[in-house]
Amino acid sequence: MTRQLTKWLLEPSLVLAVFALTCFGVAMIYSAGVVHIPNDVTQNAWIRQGTWFVLAVTAFIVVVRVPVRWIEWVALPSYTLSILLLVSTLVVGTGVGTAAGVKSWIQIGSFSFQPSEVAKIATILFLARFLSQRKDPLNSIQDLLLPTLLVGLPLVLVMLQPDLGTAMAFGGILFAMFFWAGTPMILLLLIASPVLGLMLSYDTIMWSGYMVVLVGFLYLFRYRLLLFESIGVVLANLAAGTVAQPLWNRLAIYQQNRILVFLDPEVDPRGAGYQLIQSKVAVGSGGVMGQGFTLGSQKRYDFLPEQHTDFIFSVVGEELGFIGTALGILAFCFILGRLVHLATRTPDPFAGLVVLGIFGAWLAHIFVNIGMTVGVVPITGIPLPFVSYGGTFLLMCWISLAIAVRVAHEG
Amino acid sequence: MNLYHPHSRRQRARGLYLTMGILMGILTVAFFRLQVLRSDTWELRAESNRIRQLPIPAPRGTIHDRNGRVIADNVPGYAITLLPGPPDSIRATLNKMSQYMKISDERIESLLAFLTRYGRQPLVVDSDADFPVVSALQERRTEFPTVYIEMRPRRRYFGGEAAAHVLGYVGEITADELASTDFSQDLYEQGMVVGKAGVEKQYESILQGRRGLKYVEVDARGRIVGDFGAFRVDPGEGGESLHLNIDIELQEWIHHIFPKSLSGAVIALDPEDGGILALYSNPGYDPNDFVSGISTELWQDLNADNRNPLFNRVVLGLYPPASTWKLAVAGIGLDLGAITPNEKMPVPCTGSYTFGDRSYRCWDPDGHGFNNLAEAIGNSCDVYFYQLGLRIGLDPLLRRSTELGFSRKCGIDLPQESQGIFPSEREFWERRFGYAPREGEVLPLSIGQGPNSQTPLKIAQFYLALARDGSAPTPVLARDLEIEDTWALDLDPDHMEALREGLRKVTAPGGTAHFGTALEHWEILGKTGTAEHGLSQAGLAEPHAWFAGMAGPFGGPPGIVVVVIVEYGESGSAIAAPIMAKTADYYLRRKHGIPTDSVQTYLDHVQIGPVPTWYQERYPAVIGAIR
Repeated sequence: MTRQLTKWLLEPSLVLAVFALTCFGVAMIYSAGVVHIPNDVTQNAWIRQGTWFVLAVTAFIVVVRVPVRWIEWVALPSYTLSILLLVSTLVVGTGVGTAAGVKSWIQIGSFSFQPSEVAKIATILFLARFLSQRKDPLNSIQDLLLPTLLVGLPLVLVMLQPDLGTAMAFGGILFAMFFWAGTPMILLLLIASPVLGLMLSYDTIMWSGYMVVLVGFLYLFRYRLLLFESIGVVLANLAAGTVAQPLWNRLAIYQQNRILVFLDPEVDPRGAGYQLIQSKVAVGSGGVMGQGFTLGSQKRYDFLPEQHTDFIFSVVGEELGFIGTALGILAFCFILGRLVHLATRTPDPFAGLVVLGIFGAWLAHIFVNIGMTVGVVPITGIPLPFVSYGGTFLLMCWISLAIAVRVAHEG
Repeated sequence: MNLYHPHSRRQRARGLYLTMGILMGILTVAFFRLQVLRSDTWELRAESNRIRQLPIPAPRGTIHDRNGRVIADNVPGYAITLLPGPPDSIRATLNKMSQYMKISDERIESLLAFLTRYGRQPLVVDSDADFPVVSALQERRTEFPTVYIEMRPRRRYFGGEAAAHVLGYVGEITADELASTDFSQDLYEQGMVVGKAGVEKQYESILQGRRGLKYVEVDARGRIVGDFGAFRVDPGEGGESLHLNIDIELQEWIHHIFPKSLSGAVIALDPEDGGILALYSNPGYDPNDFVSGISTELWQDLNADNRNPLFNRVVLGLYPPASTWKLAVAGIGLDLGAITPNEKMPVPCTGSYTFGDRSYRCWDPDGHGFNNLAEAIGNSCDVYFYQLGLRIGLDPLLRRSTELGFSRKCGIDLPQESQGIFPSEREFWERRFGYAPREGEVLPLSIGQGPNSQTPLKIAQFYLALARDGSAPTPVLARDLEIEDTWALDLDPDHMEALREGLRKVTAPGGTAHFGTALEHWEILGKTGTAEHGLSQAGLAEPHAWFAGMAGPFGGPPGIVVVVIVEYGESGSAIAAPIMAKTADYYLRRKHGIPTDSVQTYLDHVQIGPVPTWYQERYPAVIGAIR
């Protein structure tokens, strides 16, 4: 029995955990559809999700048999195709449903999908190929420049849709794979420092203090960085600090609001802070035990925003309580931990990098999605892997899983 | 060192586990704080999220007249209420509703302004909607899920125009009123109906009652998904009923007899306690027009009407008191000992009186000869009162008149009252006219002209005192109020009787007002007045006509005090006196159980038929003289 499972699934514990999590997701989507005034879209969402689930498992079974060489071969064409799709999304893309304001979707007949989902896995594969050819660790900013551009291109294209959530996933991919490719944590922090500088730039005094700390930090580690790298980091931080204002003005109002609400959710409870407050009310009123499956009143009476997609975890919180959320987080920890374990086990650099890319993407998705329901991170339209409603996303998550399992196994 | 050597892989894996652990730990802590530590706070939020309060309007207290007849009550009406929500959707709903009902743009704006100010309170779109509108909206309930139609008591007034100036009217509370301290935030909210004038305004706090509350469960779009039945419902309390001294039938009778084309006022008081039996001002308005929110056109018409129907002449109108005032001069003269009742003035009336280098006319150019006090009142002899005024002197006259209260308000229980104008000291002339008064100012003041303007209410209180023992309480509308005497004319009973004797002569045969005031059952004592004003002195209009007096059974105490003023009525005796007599007759007949009749005075009788037998029997000498 175990042998059969191992033969078919390669990594039974990981795959069965994901399978269970997806079943749980379908159940939560069913619950999200149980509202006071039902409508066809939300009421039958779980059936559609179930259908996609079957499709996803089928895809998994197929992909998990694809030889790794094929997967390596497909990296460049899929990356190129993804970039083309992302560019065309900006021209012909449409919004769907609640996300009507963005251009994330491409519609072909009655079928629509998000190219950014394909782009994530394609970027992982392509970057893994690129990095696995190196023998030395990525030790300097100079080394990181080209791979950063590889990820930066789809990231910027996604940002232009605008889809902040998926852009964050690209960030997760980048950092996880760089780390696996031997980049020291300190260097990664330095690369991330302009983002911190950007966030602090609204307050001149805080930003000045931050810059002093940064320069002192660079001085301490002066022997590990080249001079021009240090200068580059400082310049990047200066640029981030000074261009923050014009950049802020370029953000869509709703994005500005989301960041403002992140800083103070009570700013405008009926407007921008509404989603976060309603989500917190839902999660908070779940208490330890929850209100019971399908019985959440916040969800039932339509107070929860996007309750079958982005805020599905608020439904978990309201109906299953802290026990439900803690178990949910634990389940994700297990899945992520298994991915790290896979990467550690495999000696093949390509396989390890692919697994780590997937790990980075999922970690970003999970942390940002769950974090936003309780106000730990700003609200971004980002789904929760295997749980949120969404066909393309579920399918791509399962395909990613298949790729991870396949490459790690063969490697 | 190999980058992907198992050892370095494990080393990096530890870093990854650590990162993952930190991030997931942050999430777990956040959920623990929210769901375990602070769950109570957020649970409360969930509760208030689903529940909306809807007010249950309390029925306004009914208003009764002195005989218990209902003069204002409530009938079921409908209010159209909108549950609060985002401004955009409220605006959209209002715009959609305007297909089925009239909602002005100003109304939409004011509702939205209210929404931004008070947020969670329901919006009353129409506090008294017509039935077709209600049914049109009911039919489209699914289109208007946030519209809530509730039964709401609607004010109804009996007597229409007749009692308008007593009752006033109600209307929806304005934003200014809501913000004012008169209307506490605990009791009032947008869409409530409050008293705007008259007794409705004066006794708002009694009549309003306390609104109830009920709770409905709503979803995020503001749709009502259920109520809590009897659970958590506060039914509120209806307003207390109010009993007035008013006799609504008398009020209606006065409305019936008062000349429609003329403006003026009638006030009737009960000599027993000073209660106001009737308070009538013509023209008036129908308070029922205000109940559903008065139409703009009607409101503009009412305000543009130069006869000013919204103006309550009884309490706000200021008129020169003219000869009705002579009783005040007589009273002050007796009080100060300037004269005795039987004393005659040294200069006989020859139609005019010379003081200094000026001649002052009597109204009757034929003159009245030598008069004692009662005769002078009966003849309304100006020359007598010029001399009496000079005897009293300007300063004592000013002082005593002021003490009596001719420059004060009465304190009637109505929201507005004019203060009488009367000089309290000599500086008055300097302030107002820019010159120091000469002693001669006392002459016009003695006959009720000069700088002297009084409300009919004030004159009524004065004649109330004459009908009693010289003191009089404040006339009030509400019954069972503890009223202190605010008027005291401290005179000997025989001096009071001398004044009344003068009033009796006015209506006796040969008196100025005899034919219009002669009644079968009742004796009338009164005083006519012909009030000159700016327009009449310029010859552009007739003077105002006064009649102030009391009536009761022959030989008995007075049962009613009535003051009548008819603007531009020309003659107190011809126009005002019959209105007074007919008012008194109607009231006293009902009080004494005698059937009422629309043919009342001697004049009424002779206009339609022969001289009535009661008149022939009572005044044979007059009949003889006529024949």
